[in-house]
Amino acid sequence: MIEPGLYHVLFISSALFFIGTYGFLTRRNLITMLMSLELILNSVNLNFVAFNKWLWPGKLDGLFFALFVIAIAAAEAAVAIAIIINLYRTHQSIDVEKTEEMKN
Amino acid sequence: MPNTILIALILLLPLAGFLINGIFGRKYIGKLAGILSTLLLLASFIICLYTAYGYFYQFGMVDGIYQKIVPFEWNWLSFANGLVLKMGFLLDPLSAMMLLVVSFVSLMVHIYSLSYMKGEERFATYYAFLGLFSFSMLGLVLSSNIFQIYFFWELVGVSSYLLIGFYYDRPSAVMACKKAFIVTRFADFGFLIGILVLSYYTGSLDFQTILERLSSPESSETGMALQASFLGISALSWGLILVFIGGAGKSALFPLHIWLPDAMEGPTPVSALIHAATMVVAGVFLVARLFPVYAISGPGVLESVAWVGVISALIAALIACTQTDIKRVLAYSTMSQIGYMIFALGVSGYGGGNNGDIGLGYTASLFHLFTHALFKALLFLGAGVVIHYVHSNEIRDMGGLKKKLPVTHICFLIACLAIAGVPPFSGFFSKEEILYAAWLHEPAIFFIGLISSGITAFYMFRLYFGIFHSRTYKGHETANHAEGGPAILIPLVLLAIGAATAGFIPFGHFVSSDGKPLDMPFHLRFSLAPVLLGLTGILLAGWLYASGSDRPEKIRLALGGFYRLLYRKFYIDEIYLFVTRKFLFNIIGRAAAWTDKNVVDGLVDLLGAATRGLSVLLRGMQSGKVQQYALYFLGGALALAFLFIYVWK
Repeated sequence: MIEPGLYHVLFISSALFFIGTYGFLTRRNLITMLMSLELILNSVNLNFVAFNKWLWPGKLDGLFFALFVIAIAAAEAAVAIAIIINLYRTHQSIDVEKTEEMKN
Repeated sequence: MPNTILIALILLLPLAGFLINGIFGRKYIGKLAGILSTLLLLASFIICLYTAYGYFYQFGMVDGIYQKIVPFEWNWLSFANGLVLKMGFLLDPLSAMMLLVVSFVSLMVHIYSLSYMKGEERFATYYAFLGLFSFSMLGLVLSSNIFQIYFFWELVGVSSYLLIGFYYDRPSAVMACKKAFIVTRFADFGFLIGILVLSYYTGSLDFQTILERLSSPESSETGMALQASFLGISALSWGLILVFIGGAGKSALFPLHIWLPDAMEGPTPVSALIHAATMVVAGVFLVARLFPVYAISGPGVLESVAWVGVISALIAALIACTQTDIKRVLAYSTMSQIGYMIFALGVSGYGGGNNGDIGLGYTASLFHLFTHALFKALLFLGAGVVIHYVHSNEIRDMGGLKKKLPVTHICFLIACLAIAGVPPFSGFFSKEEILYAAWLHEPAIFFIGLISSGITAFYMFRLYFGIFHSRTYKGHETANHAEGGPAILIPLVLLAIGAATAGFIPFGHFVSSDGKPLDMPFHLRFSLAPVLLGLTGILLAGWLYASGSDRPEKIRLALGGFYRLLYRKFYIDEIYLFVTRKFLFNIIGRAAAWTDKNVVDGLVDLLGAATRGLSVLLRGMQSGKVQQYALYFLGGALALAFLFIYVWK
């Protein structure tokens, strides 16, 4: 059994990040896009925690950052869902392809 | 020493007139514009008088020689390597004399125009242009360096253009002003290259430095300029020839004279000021300004200058005999008289000593410039009165005006006698000196000049008899009876007094080629021939034209083809048209048009097409799709990451 090291965690967080990015770029449903965004944020959180554990074990900065990101992510999800609800009211849809008025 | 502020005021007063009348004239000043400009010019004239008096009698002469004084010089633009463009004033006998001539004639014309141009819609604009011209011409004569003179040279060209085209609703005036501008501009191109050549070899633009370095055969600059040669002619000669071409264009010398007769489309006072008395003698002034260089280092050039002058004098005199528009006759006579001044310079040498034979031509030329300005301005102003009276320029609409216009008649007669060289009027003295100088130098030039002087007397009196005698005036009696008020008559009388008496001024004591006073000898026996020839011309004109007989018609038929050649002005205009249409338009014009269409337009079109293509690309990027934007963002972030990690470490 191999002891899991920094690189394993970084590999997982990178995988999470790109899965999230892929989902963000390809899904049409805004709720799904929001979920993909959460994946990206969590991959970052994972990085913070991993670097804190393996590179600066005596400090807590990485952990605090991770907590901070979680709090911000919650706020962001609240804002995003509010936007999505409003969008649904005006467009009767939460398909991102339908919201192209910003063009021109 | 001269007062710098006063000298600056000579220029600034007419300039102020130009600015005030040009900006506020039509709306706010209106009829007062004339008075305002005239008062400003009167002040300028008084300062000119004061300055010239001070120069000639108080501070100008040191050790018996009139010095060149630079009371003021200002570094206008400083470039590296000692290349400095300056603005300054140069006072010497030449510029002091020109100041008097220019400001006096300009003042006369300002006063005269008060009445002559009254009721004109663009009255204030007219005075603004006159102010611009006076400013530029006074600046030209005061210039202390050759670059500055070029500057003012173009300014007088512009004001001449504006005033010829003053009646811009007449197509002929528009054509004339364009013609004048293009022809003189073409000549100025030569002048500019000449300036560059001369200043390249001397390393300076100052007149004093150029004269110093190029007028002694031993100096290294002269040596270099003489050694460098192009097409077998030395660089110095090229410079002088090119400068002379510029002067010839402005002074309407053959073959660049074609603009001057057409320039008569402008208002008559303008013809008197610009195209008779002041601007057209700028070429003479220029050659006189650089005279030591011409005389000492370029005798060959001076020789050709003399020939150009004498040919212009003869050709113009011949053409003048056949023209029927009185202003055109006067224009050709101007060209002929300028020819006199130029060949007088051409036959002159530098210096002179006491007997004055060597430098006589120089003094005689400027003396003739001085007297010519007076009597030719008078002729034009007189012609203006006549034209106002009969509403026509044609000689056949006139005749018998002696009783109707008595003062004009006397003044015109004085001017005609002066230009014909009848003693004791002013033209006699200056013309005798010119002919004597020519006789000493080159008899062939003397004979051509002598013949021209006879013809001059003939055509001037053809004009005189045609206007004032020949038949009784049959025109509309009630239209305009009066000659005009004092504004018309005062300038006429003052100029007539000048034209009658200016010959007695001991001109050589003031203006000479090297600054030393020169005695102009009077040769009684020598002057017999020109005077007799002039009287013959007058009598012939009287016999032909005084009584309105049919003799001129018979002579015209007898001369046939020769008359037509003269009447069509030697077909010089047609030759110009032929050359420009067939050669310039076809060869240079077409090539230029092709380049313009394909190369210049092509570049511009390419630029446009590239911009459009790029914009199509960029527009596609701005789709409004959030995910596409996110993709760009991701691409950007990755690219930055790549840069920071692998490129900039």
